[in-house]
Amino acid sequence: MTPRAREVPPLAKPRKPRLPAVAERVLDNGLRVVAVRRGGVPMVHARLRIPFAGRKPEHLPKRWALDATMLHGTAEHSRTELAVAMQEIGGALSVGTDADRLQIRGESLAKGLPRMLELIGEVVTSAAYPSDAVAGEVERLQTVLRQRLSQPAEVAAEALRHRLYDGHPYGRDLPTPDEVAGVTAAAVRSLHRRWVVPAGSLLVLVGDITPARALDHVEARLQGWSGKGTARLPKPDVPVGGGLTLVDRPGAVQSNIRLGGPALPRTDDPAYAAMSLANVVFGGYFASRLVQNIREDKGYTYSPRSGITHGDTASTVVVEADVATEVTAPALVEIAYELGRVATTPVTAEELDSAAHYTSGILALQTATQSGLASTLEDLLADGLDVSWLRTYPERLARVTTDEVREQAQRHFAPARLATVVVGDASRVQDELGGLAEVVPADGG
Amino acid sequence: MAPAAGADQRVTPGFVRRNGYGPRMAATLAVPTTSYDVRRHRLRNGLRVVLAPDKAAPVVAVAVYYDVGIRSEPEGRTGFAHLFEHLMFQGSASLGKMEHIRYVMSSGGTLNGSTRLDYTNYYEALPSNALERALFLEADRMRSPRVTEENLANQIAVVKEEIRVNVLNQPYGGFPWLSLPPLLFDTFPNAHNGYGGFEDLESATVEDAADFFKRYYAPGNAVLSVGGDFDPDEALELIEKHFGDIPRRKTPPRPSFAEPEVTEERRGEVVDDNAPTPALALGWRVPDPADLDAYLPYVVLADLLTRGDASRLRQRLVHTDRLVTDVSAHLGVMQDPFDVRDPTLLIVEAYHSADVSGDSVVAAVDDELARLAAGDLDADEVGRVQARQAASLLTRNDFILGRTLLMAAFEQQRNNPGLVGELPARLGTVTPEQVLEAAGHLQPDRRARLDLVPGGNR
Repeated sequence: MTPRAREVPPLAKPRKPRLPAVAERVLDNGLRVVAVRRGGVPMVHARLRIPFAGRKPEHLPKRWALDATMLHGTAEHSRTELAVAMQEIGGALSVGTDADRLQIRGESLAKGLPRMLELIGEVVTSAAYPSDAVAGEVERLQTVLRQRLSQPAEVAAEALRHRLYDGHPYGRDLPTPDEVAGVTAAAVRSLHRRWVVPAGSLLVLVGDITPARALDHVEARLQGWSGKGTARLPKPDVPVGGGLTLVDRPGAVQSNIRLGGPALPRTDDPAYAAMSLANVVFGGYFASRLVQNIREDKGYTYSPRSGITHGDTASTVVVEADVATEVTAPALVEIAYELGRVATTPVTAEELDSAAHYTSGILALQTATQSGLASTLEDLLADGLDVSWLRTYPERLARVTTDEVREQAQRHFAPARLATVVVGDASRVQDELGGLAEVVPADGG
Repeated sequence: MAPAAGADQRVTPGFVRRNGYGPRMAATLAVPTTSYDVRRHRLRNGLRVVLAPDKAAPVVAVAVYYDVGIRSEPEGRTGFAHLFEHLMFQGSASLGKMEHIRYVMSSGGTLNGSTRLDYTNYYEALPSNALERALFLEADRMRSPRVTEENLANQIAVVKEEIRVNVLNQPYGGFPWLSLPPLLFDTFPNAHNGYGGFEDLESATVEDAADFFKRYYAPGNAVLSVGGDFDPDEALELIEKHFGDIPRRKTPPRPSFAEPEVTEERRGEVVDDNAPTPALALGWRVPDPADLDAYLPYVVLADLLTRGDASRLRQRLVHTDRLVTDVSAHLGVMQDPFDVRDPTLLIVEAYHSADVSGDSVVAAVDDELARLAAGDLDADEVGRVQARQAASLLTRNDFILGRTLLMAAFEQQRNNPGLVGELPARLGTVTPEQVLEAAGHLQPDRRARLDLVPGGNR
C-alpha cells in the first residue's frame, strides 16, 4: 500500500520582524550603554562586554583565575551574599572570558534591574578576590583543566588554535594546570585593575523595560566606575595550508578531524554575505553537502559541520567531523573533495536560495527572544555594526550571486588553504593519513 | 507577547500570593504570574492538538510528541526507539531522503528530534510563513515513513558514531544517565541502556521498524503542539487538511513501570578509561511527577542544593570543604524535571580529584541533607530559590520553541498544556516544610551510589 505523493505546500507571504527600537548613551567614563524594550516575559537580560586582550603568555592563566573568582565577593558583599542578592531578584550572574574580552552576563526579573545593575557595579568596581578564595579556585581549576584536556574535542580545538595562531593569544585557550598553579590573588587583583574598565566597554540590556529609564539606572549605578581604556590584540598572521598535525590519543575509537583557515570579519561588505553562504552550502547546516556526503551517504560521522568564528582581530573558518577510527582517511578524502568542489565549481541557484533563506530565518529566530536579541546585539555592536544589520543583512543575503559564492569559497574553503588537525590513535591512522598529506606529530601529544 | 498587537494571546502580569509559611522576606521579588492562550482539540483519528497563538515575533514552532520512548523498547532491541527517531528523518510518503530537512531549512527554519524515556519528539522552528509546510512535513511522516535497507544501514552507522562521540570516546560519557539507572532500577524498561548495545542496533531490521511504527506512531498516540504567529482557526483548518485523513489506528496501552521502593543502599562502580579524575552519583527514587504537589518539593530541593553559589552543596563541597570540582543535583536522567513520568529519580553528581575520597564527598552530602531534614531552613531561602526557578522558567518560555515543547509534554502527560503558564507560580506554593520532608527522604538506605573510577589509560 504505497500512499500517493502529495504536493508540498508553498510558503505564505512572509511577515518581517520589527526592528527593535534602541536607546543608547555613552557615559562620561566611556561605557557605551544600549537598552532595548522587548516584552514577552517580565525579565531583563544584561551583557557587559569588557575588552580584555592581554598579550603576554601569563595573561592566559591569570584570566582563567579571574574568571573563576570575580564573583567571589566585593567590598560590601561576600560571595554567598552576592548570590543571594541575585536570587532575590530571580536572577543570576556569570562571568566568561576569551582572548579578546571579559563578559558579565546577567538576567533577572525586570523589576530587579536597578538591583542587578547595582551588583554588577559593585563587582566591576570592588571585586575583592579574597586570597583564600583565589587559592581554593586555583586549586580547583587545575583539576578542571585536567578534565577539560581529557576531552578529545577540547584537545582538537586547542591543537587547531595552535596551528593557526601560534605565538598569538588566539593560539591558546586552555592554560596548563601548572601555569594556573602559580597565579596569586595579588596578580588577579592587579589584572582586574588594569583591564576591568568602562572605556571601550559595552553594556546591552534587553527585556521588559523602559529603555530611557534603564539608561538612567545604568548611569546612576555605573558612572562611578573608572579607568583608562585598553588596546585590542594585534592582527595575527595566519599561515596558509600546510601539513596535517596528528595528535596521538592511543586507544581512541574515533578521530577528531578539524580544518581551519582565515575568514572575513563580519562587516557590511557583500563579500561577507557571500562567504557566509558558501559556508552554509558546504557544511553550515544539516542540509549541507558535507552532512549529505559523510553522514547521510557514508555514515562516517554523527555531526559534521563547518562554521565561521569571530575574534576581534581575526575570523576563522572551522570544519569539524568526529569519525570512526577505521574511516579516518576516507572521511578526510571526502571532506577535501567537498571543499574542492565548493571552491572550484558553482553552487546551484537552489542551494544558494536555500542557504540564504536559512541564514535569514535563523537570524529571525535568534533575535525573537530577549536573551538571543541581547547576545546578537552585543556581537553586532562589538563588531562596529548596529541594529539596522538585522534588516540589511537578509536583504544582502538575498542579492548574493552564485559567482560571488564561488569566489569566496575559492578564497576561504579551498582545501590547500586550510590547516588540518587530527586527534586520534596514531598507530591506527598515521600510515593512511600519510598517503594524503605530510603528517606532523604534535609536540607533547 | 506584548499586550498590544491585537493578538489572541495574553500575558497577565499579577502577583503570586504564596501559601502559608510565614511572611516573605521583603528583599525577594514576587514572581509575576503568566498565562497563555492555549486551545486544545482532538481530531477524529485521535490526534491531540494544542494551539498557543502568540504574534510577538513572526516565527512558529511545531512539535509532535509520540507516546513511545526508551522504556517502550523490548528486550533485545535496546536503542531502538532512538534509532527509529533517526529513521523518521529518512523520507516519508511523499518525500525522498533529505527532503524533509531541505524543506524546513530552505524555509528558514531549524529542526530536530529527541528520544526520552517516555516520549519521542520531532520539532521545527520556522518563520511563520512556513507553518503550513511544517504541518505537511510532520503529517507526511506520521502517515508513513520511508524505511529501506539502505537508509537503515546508514542510520545504524550514524547512531554508532553518535554513541562513540557521546559515550565511548568521551570522558564521563553516559555518566550517570546510562550507568546509574541499572543500579537504582531492577526491571528492563527502567534499567536498560537507552542508547543501545551495538549488537542490538546492528540486528535491527526494516520489519522491526514497520512493526514499531505501526504499534506506537498511531495518530491517537501523538500530540501536535503549535505555538507562535498564526491565527488559531486557520491553523486548525490546516491541521485538519494535512493530518485529518491519516487513518485512526489502535493505540497501545501505557503500562505501569513502577517498581518497589529501595530499602537498602545499592553500590556500584564503573571504570572509565577516558576520565582523568573520579566522580560519583547518588540516586533516589522520587514521587510520581503526575502528583505535582508531591513532586515539586523535590524540584525546589534540587536547586536549593546545587544551583548557584548560595546553594547548600556548592557552598559546602566546592567552596568550604573544597572536596569537589563540581556538584549538581537534578531530577531525571535527562536533567529535565518535566519531561519524565513515573518512576523517576533525583540525582546528585559530583566530580572530584583523586586526592579526595568518594566517601568524604558522600559524608558531606549526607551531613547537609541531615541538617536540612532537622529543620535548618527558613522561608527566605526557599523563597529566593523559588524566585530564581520561576524566573528561569520565564526565560525558557520566552523562546516559542521551548514553550511549545513544554506544552506538548504537559498535554501528553497531564492533559494540561496550560500548566506551562501556571508552573512558575505553582513552584512558589511549595512550603519549607515540604522541602524539609523531601530532604528527609534522601536517606542512604533508599539510594544507589555509583562511583566512577578513572581507568588511567589516557
